[in-house]
Amino acid sequence: MSGKNRAGGREKIATGIEGFDDITAGGLPSRCTTLLMGGPGCGKTIVALQILVSAAAEHGTPGIFVAFEENARRVAANGQTFGWKMAELEEKKLFFIDARMRSDVVTAGAFDLSGLLAGLEAKAHEMGAKVIVFDAVDVLLSLLDDPAAECRELYRIHEWLMLNELTGILTTKIDDDHAATAQRYGFMPFMADCAVMLTQRVTDRVAVRAMRVVKYRGSPHGLNEVPFMIGPKGVEVGSSNGVHPEPQPFNERITSGVERLDEMLGGGFYRGTNALITGSSGSGKSTLAGAFIRAACEREERTLFISFDENSRDIVRDLGTMGIDLAPHFASGLLRMEAIRSEAASSEEHFMRIKRVIAEQAPRCVAIDPLSALARVGGGIAARAVAERLIYLCRNAGITVLFTSLLEGSDPQLETTTLHVSTISDSWIQLSYALIDGARIRAVSIVKSRGSNHSNQLRELIFSEKGISITEPYKAGGEVLRETLHKQQEKAG
Amino acid sequence: MSEDFPAGERASAGYVFRLYVAGGAPNSVRALANLYAICRKHYPESHRIEVIDVLKEPMRALAEAILVTPTTVKVSPAPGLQIIGNLSDEEEVLRALGLPQTKNG
Repeated sequence: MSGKNRAGGREKIATGIEGFDDITAGGLPSRCTTLLMGGPGCGKTIVALQILVSAAAEHGTPGIFVAFEENARRVAANGQTFGWKMAELEEKKLFFIDARMRSDVVTAGAFDLSGLLAGLEAKAHEMGAKVIVFDAVDVLLSLLDDPAAECRELYRIHEWLMLNELTGILTTKIDDDHAATAQRYGFMPFMADCAVMLTQRVTDRVAVRAMRVVKYRGSPHGLNEVPFMIGPKGVEVGSSNGVHPEPQPFNERITSGVERLDEMLGGGFYRGTNALITGSSGSGKSTLAGAFIRAACEREERTLFISFDENSRDIVRDLGTMGIDLAPHFASGLLRMEAIRSEAASSEEHFMRIKRVIAEQAPRCVAIDPLSALARVGGGIAARAVAERLIYLCRNAGITVLFTSLLEGSDPQLETTTLHVSTISDSWIQLSYALIDGARIRAVSIVKSRGSNHSNQLRELIFSEKGISITEPYKAGGEVLRETLHKQQEKAG
Repeated sequence: MSEDFPAGERASAGYVFRLYVAGGAPNSVRALANLYAICRKHYPESHRIEVIDVLKEPMRALAEAILVTPTTVKVSPAPGLQIIGNLSDEEEVLRALGLPQTKNG
């Protein structure tokens, strides 16, 4: 793939940031000025660095990073933590310049940026640089201490970029919330060909990053704010305007991992569909998820088990006591277990993390236990959108996904108020407790199983060290859940 | 020999300045004129000004971390000093160099 795209009538350079190219309809304007604005700590430097690194690493496009605020060495070292090959790139493709003004410098009269630009021009020419980042340009401009001069010097940079046919990325601190800075640097977006605002907000004590393309001259772009995160491999933007073709439906059936359950479903799950298991705490959702995963592993399929708020090793151990041994598959890498703390991040960040893990593991079957944990932070609406995107993500990739959802009450209709996923799930298995003659009995029923003639009966679910079993329905009278009762009576007697 | 000046600022120590200019840009020309005037007045015995045109020696400007033009660097005597701007703010320049302020008449 070439680094240059033509979209919306203008030449662009792909940023290499997932999702960012979606919202900018192909990347940043080539040989023009892009402005990345935002408050402190919102990720401007990393976004700019990643674009530069990606251009160099993916497309062999040399670039220069001018650091006005941070130590340039530290910026490069920061890139290293994302696994970017900074040292290798710096040998040929990348040049970092520390452009921090000495703190003891004395200002005595007017000056301009000609000196720096002359130096950069020579350097750019020498290394054939095409992309240049001016990080924290506001720090430099503030030295001028004169709004008119600041504007003039910014235009000088802008003109200089065009004259030298360089793609420029300028980052600057502008806080949406600060009227003073907004007014002072309000002219900046007018000058730039593309302006992106980055923000960081705290919702339910969790920081949520978001970005918005404020303007893009001569190009269509996404208007909405989209979430982004800085993950272990860099910036990921949660763009939702990716339109995917409807995947081909599969006719293949795969097992739920429990033979009797397959019968109840009318023949197991269809490959590439999703199944929802709802139930209250302790009703056996995780165990059924484990059985599904084991069956996939036994078919030698790559699988992924995502658990919220539970340690992977504990899950393997607990399932082991139920006769579901995942340990060898976990050890061989066929199964990847990903334990996520639900309160550690927003649902959007969870989504991006899950998406990344799915991309890495390339599973055919995924279990998410419980999906309802997504709603714990950041509120229901966001979590609902995330749950939906997650389901569509799997559907588009042809992945069969089983997700569980915790019911806080006994009314199965309550589920619809938390994540609203039951409407888009292909199969819906309901687990419940029945209290019969003083015994707590697990029961399983199928609420829906699309494209299948499924069972309408409530049956008893029994877990033992030998595994999971589902009883035949007891046909006499209204009582269907008798097996456990019988056993208990036998024991008592 | 002038005993009125503190030891560190004795003219005999030799005042060496490096002035980075951007070709014949107005601020650069003004800075050169101002620096000459200050040197002639305050260090008549011994001063040297090295002028570097960043347009002709851009890589040198980059290597020496010259961000803006004009920039004046006091090379010696120690301590080194960097002044940015066209030096029109004489009061500020004199203060930075530790020279007595010129009385305004």
